[in-house]
Amino acid sequence: MNELTRETIVLNMGPHHPSTHGVLRLMVELEGEVIIHTEPVIGYLHTGFEKEMETRTYHQNIVFPPRIEYLATMIEEHAYVLAVEKLLGIRAPRRAEVIRVLLAELSRIASHLIWLGTSAVDVNVTSLLMYCFNDRERIMDILEMVSGQRMMHGYMRIGGLQWDLPDGFVERVRGVIDDVPHQLDEYERLLTDNLIWRGRTEGVAVLTREDALRYGCTGPIGRGSGVSYDVRKAFPYGGYEEYDFDVPLGVAGDAYARYLVRLEEMRQSCRIIRQALDRLEPGPILVDDRKVALPPRRELVRSMEAVIHQFKLVSEGLHPPVGEVYSAVESPRGEKGYFIVSDGSNRPARVRVRAPSFHNLQALPVMIFRNTVADVVVAIASIDIVLGDVDR
Amino acid sequence: MIEAFLGLADGEVRFRDELTLLIPRERIEEALTRAQERGFILLTDLTAVDRHPQEPRFEVVYLLTSLAPPARLRLTVRLPGAEPLVPSAVAVFPAANWLEREVFDMFGIRFPGHPDLKRILMPDDWEGHPLRKDFPLVEEPVEFVGHVPKPPSAIIPKTPPRQA
Repeated sequence: MNELTRETIVLNMGPHHPSTHGVLRLMVELEGEVIIHTEPVIGYLHTGFEKEMETRTYHQNIVFPPRIEYLATMIEEHAYVLAVEKLLGIRAPRRAEVIRVLLAELSRIASHLIWLGTSAVDVNVTSLLMYCFNDRERIMDILEMVSGQRMMHGYMRIGGLQWDLPDGFVERVRGVIDDVPHQLDEYERLLTDNLIWRGRTEGVAVLTREDALRYGCTGPIGRGSGVSYDVRKAFPYGGYEEYDFDVPLGVAGDAYARYLVRLEEMRQSCRIIRQALDRLEPGPILVDDRKVALPPRRELVRSMEAVIHQFKLVSEGLHPPVGEVYSAVESPRGEKGYFIVSDGSNRPARVRVRAPSFHNLQALPVMIFRNTVADVVVAIASIDIVLGDVDR
Repeated sequence: MIEAFLGLADGEVRFRDELTLLIPRERIEEALTRAQERGFILLTDLTAVDRHPQEPRFEVVYLLTSLAPPARLRLTVRLPGAEPLVPSAVAVFPAANWLEREVFDMFGIRFPGHPDLKRILMPDDWEGHPLRKDFPLVEEPVEFVGHVPKPPSAIIPKTPPRQA
């Protein structure tokens, strides 16, 4: 290197930049075109969800999780209700658990499809975006059919679900999961052996297994680097121990490995959904505990006790025992956990959201060290961050 | 597993099959290093709890995960409200860097030894630490006539714990 290029320049990217998938600012120090130092600046989407959740009852808080992380909404709700159920020491009925797993896996496919479409756009494969959104929209339609809303469902309840599945649900889901693997084959034909795609992703944003562990990376980032950790397998929750599925692992730890891991995860999700559909048997969808779940409508007209329970639950909420629990699920971005501290009152004393995007983003400076500026975009896309999840 | 922490922990709490060890703050680095040597290689989370007005007021919570065999361990350090200081864990777990910045930002707990302890989520010129219990949560005044701002906490009032 000659003397002229010794000087470094600092390049500011963001907070508004199309490739950041939200509002993320990066201060990148460059030596020529090579990155020698990166400092992410976050907090632009900080909304104080954790503080808000301390001021509301456990039931009211169900609205927040899908707003924190808005791409895999059912998984977020699942994470929160499981944590409160652990605190209460209850378990949802079997049918509710099967439905939750089913909807969570549909959400995972929807989230990975958005990732696939948008990250392809980031390397200028523009045709894929609308195909992916089209497939995702079919899943959104199913979620809307179930809960009444495309995204902020509020469908899960502490101890079960809001209501049972609508007619025609099973056929719709079967239709989608029969098509998704074929669609994925088609997208793979567009990308997997595409020279440009491989050139832009192979060997780019490499994270070694050691670094992934040092920075607490989970999900496809960790697994792309060979960290064999999936919450569904390591700490099974909500009935996942009964399902038969594989966890794909990468070796290279680059953006291409993460791409392959996510594609395989979508196929495995279809496998889980098929098993869940076979397990869907009639039964209750909400626990029978009147201190936790609202009594059914038909009881209200006959039983004074039911009316009192209903009134107490609506006007005060439930009172869990004093204690603290941590409960985690596998979100499309990694380990999503809720740490809830209860002081015995009707509101949580503290709700901590363990956000996978926050941890994964912390490893970004390591990933793009000595890469070029153009690769920053690929690196950010390959992490699949949701800035709402980073900033909460 | 507990034997490894004998002499380090002040006590233990078990609740819903979860183990929490209470570690005095001057031993926390040693405890984290020992846990790491025993397979707890992932620092899954580092956060804090404000017990205001109780004393000791703050708790810093370290959640560690072992991959093979899968296991979790929680370490808790109790801190007095007057002097919320705890040694930084960045040297043991680099993942603690942003997490400690977040705890500093939200609770005002300081981590001596941290390479760059500054705010991470709130603006640099923000005053106060939002997740402290004495930090008020109020509605911003609006221009509408006849609107009386009501803090969200007044929608369903807080009720004390039930006697079992």
